[in-house]
Amino acid sequence: MNQALEQREFPPVDRERLIERLGTIIPAASLLHTAEDLRPYECDGLSAYRKLPLVVALPNSVEQVQAILRLCHELEVPVVARGAGTGLSGGALPHGSGVLLSLARFNNILEIDAQRRIARVQPGVRNLAISEAVAQHGLYYAPDPSSQIACSIGGNVAENSGGVHCLKYGLTVHNIQQLRMVGIDGELLTLGGSGLDAPGYDLLALMTGSEGMLGVIVEVTVKLLPQPQRAQVVLAAFDDVVKAGGAVGRIIAAGIIPAGLEMMDRLAIRAAEDFVHAGYPVDAEAILLCELDGTNEEVSEQIYKVREILTASNATEVRTAKDDAERAIFWKGRKAAFPAVGRISPDYYCMDGTIPRKRLPEVLKAIADLSAHYDLAVANVFHAGDGNLHPLILYDANKPGELERTEEFGARILELCVEAGGTITGEHGVGMEKINQMCVQFDSAELTQFHAVKAAFDPAGLLNPGKAVPTLHRCAELGAMHVHHGELPFPELERF
Amino acid sequence: MSDSDIGVQLQEQVKAAAATATPLCIAAGDSKSFYGRTPVGERIDVSEHRGILSYEPTELVITARAGTPLPDIEQTLADNNQMLAFEPPHFGATATLGGTIACNLSGPRRPYTGAARDFVLGTRIINGRGEILRFGGEVMKNVAGYDVSRLMTGALGTLGVLLDISLKVLPRPETELTLAQQTSAQQALDRMHALGRLPLPVSASLYDGTTLFVRLSGTARGVDAARDRVGGDEVAQSSELWSRVKEQGHDFFAAQQPLWRLSLASTAAPLGIEGEWLYEWGGAQRWLRGDTDARAVRSLAQAHGGHATLYRGDPRREQVFHPLPAVLMNLHRRLKQAFDPHGILNPGRMYQEL
Repeated sequence: MNQALEQREFPPVDRERLIERLGTIIPAASLLHTAEDLRPYECDGLSAYRKLPLVVALPNSVEQVQAILRLCHELEVPVVARGAGTGLSGGALPHGSGVLLSLARFNNILEIDAQRRIARVQPGVRNLAISEAVAQHGLYYAPDPSSQIACSIGGNVAENSGGVHCLKYGLTVHNIQQLRMVGIDGELLTLGGSGLDAPGYDLLALMTGSEGMLGVIVEVTVKLLPQPQRAQVVLAAFDDVVKAGGAVGRIIAAGIIPAGLEMMDRLAIRAAEDFVHAGYPVDAEAILLCELDGTNEEVSEQIYKVREILTASNATEVRTAKDDAERAIFWKGRKAAFPAVGRISPDYYCMDGTIPRKRLPEVLKAIADLSAHYDLAVANVFHAGDGNLHPLILYDANKPGELERTEEFGARILELCVEAGGTITGEHGVGMEKINQMCVQFDSAELTQFHAVKAAFDPAGLLNPGKAVPTLHRCAELGAMHVHHGELPFPELERF
Repeated sequence: MSDSDIGVQLQEQVKAAAATATPLCIAAGDSKSFYGRTPVGERIDVSEHRGILSYEPTELVITARAGTPLPDIEQTLADNNQMLAFEPPHFGATATLGGTIACNLSGPRRPYTGAARDFVLGTRIINGRGEILRFGGEVMKNVAGYDVSRLMTGALGTLGVLLDISLKVLPRPETELTLAQQTSAQQALDRMHALGRLPLPVSASLYDGTTLFVRLSGTARGVDAARDRVGGDEVAQSSELWSRVKEQGHDFFAAQQPLWRLSLASTAAPLGIEGEWLYEWGGAQRWLRGDTDARAVRSLAQAHGGHATLYRGDPRREQVFHPLPAVLMNLHRRLKQAFDPHGILNPGRMYQEL
């Protein structure tokens, strides 16, 4: 990971002068620059990458953000925006000679319009806080990344965050209506609108998932949904992951779109069970959690069908949660899967590839082979409905060489996902972490087009430099094997 | 007509045009040639670039070439009990997938399940330099790189020639039912909002000036149970009604006056502009027929957080789409430059400046 930390160099800036100029925009208390104060900002949720910024700025108004960006533009100082810092790909990793712009103080809900089913919020508002605030109106905000207690909506937009309910309710991009953003030149732009679409190019979509490379989000209008009348979850156990995968395909072929459809493999099941005692069948090779929601009648009908399908798919056990309490327990195990794995291993490394679901058996087989090759255990947690795979590689950072082996293993998994016709990141973003694998997924003309998009917003490349899209130079140096369109050079060769 | 891949041929045409800065007019079935500003330039015909490349019903994903006739795609999906959930209008028998995506056209189901752009997973395009590029993919979740595929959706071909498109598809509902009740415009809006706040399987809404129509889609028991909560009389052969509205074959659209589409805050009270009105999308899409002053329409739409499009009518040489604020137009220009530095792809079709 350390080699990834070579950061692009910018013209030297006089740190004292920068602090002085920033001090004319925001009060001294909103400006952090001692090593001790900077430390909490040195990394985001991917703690393996660390870097201290020159200075941390904590503005609390749009005007201050505009002025800070104008200043950085003038002085050619890089800027990295940060929300709650829960990102898993190093997207908010500071730049060593730049400003870390924290949006933490933008934590107000500005407007709730229950009639229009929207909430207009500042970017630092936590994901879950939105649903909590609108619950009194019988509404909620659908995307629910597992970090939803802590992660902020601005970061959700920057990463196009998903969650366990994406198959039915979509990603962040499907659930926002308007953004206000500040460009590197300090200009304030409104994208989207109060209607369901806006004139011109779909810049709302372009900004969503752009990882802080194009602008700083200062306001988000999210769409809200009515809380379903009823939600019910079925747990099914299988003695073979392939059977579990087959059951997923059959549920969807039957015309049912579950609200959530999650799979866990044996190691993940055991870790979760040891941790939260969800009553999971620990002898199973895989379990599926299938949640259905809607009106009472719809759910009753679909539960019946899903149970039939699971039984016909040779589930060894099918359980329906008998009440909301049991439903919560079923989910608790899944939602606690990452920390549960954290209990059984000193460290773990979470991957985030997506594959066409039909390729699951071969991808899992290949991951198992790689696991043996690298001598590192893997627990698999899978958003089965939409093909988003989260293999968790168990390692011990204190053992010499194990982190490097883990990274290499992780990189191979992502390449496997591309080979299978999928992608290197389903919902965590490229950030710093997967910058090299971008060379595998995209060819140089495509990367050049990405750079051109970036330049249309930020010609000097000051916003979150070095993230999300690798330079062609970097890809050339890596000599990355380019796996494009699922076609491999030398497909007959084993690459383990 | 049989499937064929003319991607390379199209690429050559774009390259040649780029070399001579020749404007190109991207076309296939011409069913949407009425839409946007007046097309100009040498025709680049995508209609022979056709065929479904992959379709996995259990993956809920279809990939097809841009020139594939829309009816072929819809039929293939229907054979597997699936559908394009954005219910695209065809505007003629020759509609293709490419035109549908380039225009981001969506039908009655849009506010309840999403627009065309919401279902686009990936595209292969030719940019204005004649490079074939692929963005996104055939999976539901993919955040590698900027979302260029959605940027292409609704860009009216001004950023790239669409070659192949991957879409998420959804199961067809088991049952549909439409209920009608006579009401005033304001009451219809209030009713649509009240229904929107309830967890009901509503899939379309329409107010034609006298009657509010609400469509329910879902499981038989689910639809049946929701019927009482919605209220109103069941409409016989309602699929024809929705089809006529979607395809603008409804009587409302028959008059020869200019047709405006207003997309705005659904809660906006009925606007005080003379003319005939038709409301869709829970009040968020409103059609206006009338010889109205363009500035008046636009300023009212804008006052309600929205925009107005001169959907059908003249003069198409002037502004068809809502004017953009200068700072936003500058960004549009730079993006156009980033994809099409010679300005050859459908120049002026969306805005004169692009």
